[in-house]
Amino acid sequence: MILTKAQYDEIAQCLVSVPPTRQSLRKLKQRFPSQSQATLLSIFSQEYQKHIKRTHAKHHTSEAIESYYQRYLNGVGKNGAAPVLLELANEVDYAPSLMARIILERFLQEHEETPPSKSVINSMLRDPSQIPDGVLANQVYQCVVNDCCYGPLVDCIKHAIGHEHEVLLRDLLLEKNLSFLDEDQLRAKGYDKTPDFILQVPVAVEGHIIHWIESKASFGDECSHHAYLHDQFWSYWNRITFCIHYLCLLWNTLLGTPVWVTDR
Amino acid sequence: MAAVLESLLREEVSVAAAVRWIARSAQSSEDDPGEAAALSPLRPLRKEFVPFLLNFLREQSSRVLPQGPPTPAKAPGSSAALPGRPGGPPRGSRGARSQLFPPTQLPSPAAEVPSARRGGRRRGPGPARERGGRGPAGLEEGAGGEGLPWAASRRPRGSGSPGSPSLARSDPPNLSNLEEFPPVGSVPLGPAGRTKPSRRINPTPVSEERSLSKPKTCFTSPPINCVPSSQPSVLDTSPWGHGLPPGCRSLQEEREMLRKERSKQLQQSPTPACPTPESGSPLPSRIGNLTAEPADPAGVSSHRRLELVALIYSSCLAENLVPNLFLELFFILQLLTARRMVAVKDSDLEPSPGALDSLESPLFQSVHDCVFFAVQVLEHQFQVLSCLDKGTLKLLAENERLLCFSPALQGRLQAAYESSVAKVSLAMPPSAQAVSFQPETDNRANFSSDRAFHTFKKQRDVFYEVLREWEDHHEQPGWDFEKGLGSRIRAMMGQLSAACSHSHFVRLFQKQLLQMCQSPGGAGGPVLGEAPDVLSMLGADKLGRLRRLQERLVAPQSSGGPCPPPTFPGCQGFFRDFILSASSFQFNQHLMDSLSLKIRELNGLALPQPEPSDEDGESDVDWQGERRQFAVVLLSLRLLAKFLGFVAFLPYRGPEPPPTRELQDSILALRSQVPPALDVLALLQQGLRARRAVLTVPWLVEFLSLADHIVPMLDYYRSVFTLLLHLHRSLVLSKEGEGEMCFLNKLLLLAVLGWLFQIPTVPEDLFFLEEGQLEAFEVDTVASEHGLDGMPVVDQHLLYTCCPYIGELRKLLASWVSGSSARSGGFVRKITPTTTTSLGAQPPRTTQGLQAQLAQAFFHNQPPSLRRTVEFVAERIGSNCVKHIKATLVADLVRQAESLLQEQLVMQGQEGGDPAQLLESLCSQLCPHGAQALTQGREFCQKKSPGAVRALLPEETPAAVLSSAEHIAVGLATEKACAWLSANITALIRREVKAAVSRLLRAQGPEPAARGERRGCSRACEHHAPLPSHLISEIKDVLSLAAGPRDPEEGVSPEHLEQLLGQLGQMLQCRQFLCPPAEQHLAKCSVELASLLGPPAQHQLDRGQARRLLHMLLSLWKDNFQVPVPLQLLLSPRNVGLLADTRPREWDLLLFLLRELVEKGLMGQTEIEACLGSLREAQWPGDFSEELATLFNLFLAEPHVPEPQLRACELVQPNRGTVLAQS
Repeated sequence: MILTKAQYDEIAQCLVSVPPTRQSLRKLKQRFPSQSQATLLSIFSQEYQKHIKRTHAKHHTSEAIESYYQRYLNGVGKNGAAPVLLELANEVDYAPSLMARIILERFLQEHEETPPSKSVINSMLRDPSQIPDGVLANQVYQCVVNDCCYGPLVDCIKHAIGHEHEVLLRDLLLEKNLSFLDEDQLRAKGYDKTPDFILQVPVAVEGHIIHWIESKASFGDECSHHAYLHDQFWSYWNRITFCIHYLCLLWNTLLGTPVWVTDR
Repeated sequence: MAAVLESLLREEVSVAAAVRWIARSAQSSEDDPGEAAALSPLRPLRKEFVPFLLNFLREQSSRVLPQGPPTPAKAPGSSAALPGRPGGPPRGSRGARSQLFPPTQLPSPAAEVPSARRGGRRRGPGPARERGGRGPAGLEEGAGGEGLPWAASRRPRGSGSPGSPSLARSDPPNLSNLEEFPPVGSVPLGPAGRTKPSRRINPTPVSEERSLSKPKTCFTSPPINCVPSSQPSVLDTSPWGHGLPPGCRSLQEEREMLRKERSKQLQQSPTPACPTPESGSPLPSRIGNLTAEPADPAGVSSHRRLELVALIYSSCLAENLVPNLFLELFFILQLLTARRMVAVKDSDLEPSPGALDSLESPLFQSVHDCVFFAVQVLEHQFQVLSCLDKGTLKLLAENERLLCFSPALQGRLQAAYESSVAKVSLAMPPSAQAVSFQPETDNRANFSSDRAFHTFKKQRDVFYEVLREWEDHHEQPGWDFEKGLGSRIRAMMGQLSAACSHSHFVRLFQKQLLQMCQSPGGAGGPVLGEAPDVLSMLGADKLGRLRRLQERLVAPQSSGGPCPPPTFPGCQGFFRDFILSASSFQFNQHLMDSLSLKIRELNGLALPQPEPSDEDGESDVDWQGERRQFAVVLLSLRLLAKFLGFVAFLPYRGPEPPPTRELQDSILALRSQVPPALDVLALLQQGLRARRAVLTVPWLVEFLSLADHIVPMLDYYRSVFTLLLHLHRSLVLSKEGEGEMCFLNKLLLLAVLGWLFQIPTVPEDLFFLEEGQLEAFEVDTVASEHGLDGMPVVDQHLLYTCCPYIGELRKLLASWVSGSSARSGGFVRKITPTTTTSLGAQPPRTTQGLQAQLAQAFFHNQPPSLRRTVEFVAERIGSNCVKHIKATLVADLVRQAESLLQEQLVMQGQEGGDPAQLLESLCSQLCPHGAQALTQGREFCQKKSPGAVRALLPEETPAAVLSSAEHIAVGLATEKACAWLSANITALIRREVKAAVSRLLRAQGPEPAARGERRGCSRACEHHAPLPSHLISEIKDVLSLAAGPRDPEEGVSPEHLEQLLGQLGQMLQCRQFLCPPAEQHLAKCSVELASLLGPPAQHQLDRGQARRLLHMLLSLWKDNFQVPVPLQLLLSPRNVGLLADTRPREWDLLLFLLRELVEKGLMGQTEIEACLGSLREAQWPGDFSEELATLFNLFLAEPHVPEPQLRACELVQPNRGTVLAQS
């Protein structure tokens, strides 16, 4: 399915300063019934991430953290069962999971002798039961399950989508009788950076020679595409491609269409 | 000298005798006693003759308006002045070209200062600089007592014949230096040089300070001066203006001064015998009037005289007495294509009585004379000409002057053209190809640490990023390598801390270098005939046209005249600039090491040396292969050697030789201590002995061409040069026969050596070495009767690739045809031939034992292709054998290691032992099995080789030959495989086992293996189960609904939950799309879901529905999940706390769940007890604590139930529910 730039822009337009919650996604689905939930979620996620990247810094000043923490303490002081943290995040236009992380970090600083390590915090976000304070545990849990753009669960969903499409792609390759080496085999051979698949025998698709295929299960907007190109594709080119007339096949799962990436 | 020439012209001495006299110091028995008598008094002058002759010809032709760039020359000047013309001003003023080889010894004081380029400069004011005693006072050593000064003139160019000193003083500095050797800090000019400015385009500065170097412009500024200096602007529009360095144009001012000086001189001179074209004669400018004067054989002034000079000149060429054969050919072609001659005063033209057989009158009095002379020489050089490329031959054959003067020669050339197959074509433009990742050398195991590995990973990316940027930008005006990329390169080099990383990077660098710049234009792309995809869509006809068009567009305009300085064209520039910008000592050292190694390797490569076979058809095909391989090796060597020279001499490179003798001596003393970067002397000697000069010398020349000024003075390199000179002299083209080098091989060597002798850093006196040494040139070639030298490995293509400057001949001729610059853009564009693909590794040949000798003898009598096939098969099968062993035996051992490790881990519990110790014990158990590798390897080679040999040899091969070939192939393959295996098998097993062990340990215990076994669904499965991502997303929604906040209309129906769990079950059974992290999250989410079912406030389920759902979950946990399910979360304070807020609290579901867990063996009794125990420690509301305690007691009360489900459901549950509810 091909999404036009105009359609994308229309969807993105609806996402300006919308909190990343279940409710927002539901509204989006109602607004664009023809788009799949995965597509909408991907666009939502990407647009929201752009937004967070822009505003991330202002939420991490020590003043901001302090004020959030105080507001949290006041809120739970009044009613521990109310969704204090979630509402705070929505109010200041920040991702609930990330807000939970700020507060958790701040809380642990106050209650532990040593500053909390990143892995401890991550582990607590994954499993809020480990948080020593019951109220905070509930608050954090609520944030995490309600956040549809950030958090361990969302990460897992994204990872799962990526994996699933790799499998789909592998099946397609097998179905077409194309011989390939996958990432694990390449890694076993000692490659440092690998695309998902290297074709042992290059194929031509629509007049382009394809040496390798990378599956990207995310919406390929210009910005993220550029980032991928820089981080990954050149690395592959540096290692694998032997010919200047090469193209890679970017398997864009959400659009369902192959995207051609040229090297120039 | 002139006396010799005169006696020749008077035919007192035969040319043959004269040449013998020049070439050999000892008198030959063939010599006529009379001739010998005539020559013997002149003996001391003998070796002065050739420079004199060359100078003489240049001088005589000074008034010719030539085609193309001027002919440079480089030879010490003759020391003898013409008899009757003791260096007086009148004579000296004849034409600037005459100044190429000014005489050194001039009696008149006026001439003393500028006497000779070299001597004159030395004698100037300022510290003496006679290096090695070779100054004017250096006779004692240099000339071997012959009384001739080494003070031969440095170089023709820009020197004046003895004229007025005032002129010399105004000699302007020539700014048009070679790019590669910018004369930074050059010193102001001394008065030593004497320049005849009259027709010079670029007056060359002659400074005291530069006496040890050649004038830097030697190859780019014209010795034939055809444009009056008063018309400097002509240069800019002249067809060959491109060939001139830009600096020329800034010399206008100096020229102006020069002209003033000159006119002053003319006024002072009572009898200005010199022609003064710039002031008076109506000399046509090049742009204005390019029409050539017609040449007519009838107009030749003195046939006999010209014939004689042509004969002696040709003989010198034939004996290799001139430094650069192609330079002389260029000069001759210039004469052939001379447009017209500068008008000369009548007095000069009128032959005085007896002048015809003396040198009194000018040799070339008209264009007719020039053409006649040129044609005469060309007739003698037919052999060389016929070996030029087809294009040049065509131009020569079609030259109307040649036809007019010598129809016979024209006929021969025409025939040669028609039979020539030497088409030299142009390479495709270079394409950047990345060096592929080499798992053998680039993988983690080859790095000392993870960090080094990752650093290299990053460096590789930075390197290619830089390379791409260079490709995109380097042709843009204003882009600067250093500014654009310098800091990035240095930052990258800065990260290369470990020596090992340096070697990795250097390997990448060198490979990329070879890949990109194997041919001179930097073209490393596809060979012609392998057109890129786009082009292949065009038809053959269009393709050809497109190709030609592309050649026009892509080919460089000019290669910088017949003797260009060493440059780094195309992609080579990138690598040079990279080295310069990196300015890393470590990098350079590693690069030198690596280049030296590769050079030695390639130089020693056993190139196929088949006997010339009589099976013509086959040998032709074979020879193409040989040539191609030879060409690839040769070009690679040249490239590597050039960069080795560049890096090795980089620290010493300066624009100028040391200014004083003292300084120079101290530098020499210092430098002679430094061992050479590569023992080129030994390699050269070796190459000569093995008759492989055709391979060794071309790269050696590249190496030496980048040497600094001091290098040729060092004893070590002096010996190298001496050897090269001997070789040069010995390469007489006309000699043919057994044991002689092939003609084109010789031609290649002559071309590259001739070029080397013209390099600015090579002192010109080197060429005219002491004769005594020359006699000693005897190369012991017994070692190898059939070296490469005797094989036709060089073709025109390679010749022109290695020496693109030979193409200047063609350009010169083409520009004659095209006439005006407007029509064809001046010179026809240069041709840059391409090279072939990369090297195939050659099997090392072992010559041990009788068997090996027998095999050699066998091959000796067979066509060369047989040997190649057998060696190829052996090489491939041997290598396949190793791979096979790796995939079978070693892989088996690794599997054994894995299972052994599993056992040990199970035995020792999860902690295991020390990994290093584990590895040791595993290896000691497994490595002995490596011995099987040899047996298996032998079997493999035995089995595979014969079939391959049979498939590759012709069907008609006799059975006996075939079976021998098979045997040899088996033997060689086995030898190769077993040698590798016996040396490496243990290390290989160790490495693989180590990798497996660390993989296993990292994966923590037996779990991944178990997962691997159970992974995957049945074959019948069509994978229609919902995707894991979808399920996580759905469950997350349920969880978030439960956790709130939720809108009033939101809720979860029991049907939805049931459906969800059903889907989860399907998915867990299919597993096609499931990955471990997703499964782990699903497991956790399912537990969260279960804990939500307990407290009724969280859902709208009745008890029965809730229990059904719990059953579903229990069965999923028990049967479907393959990852550990974090069931203890059910009893985490947070989840249990959900109950605390509900009224009335319902404990029965939780209790049911706990019992079921125990029943199904999902959790142990004690584990649950521990969880419950820790639950009680948490802070709860008072009543909740009590209820919790009750639950705890209830759970403990019924430890083991025979029929869990019944009891749990019917007996316990209702009562407890009531109890709890009432409490």
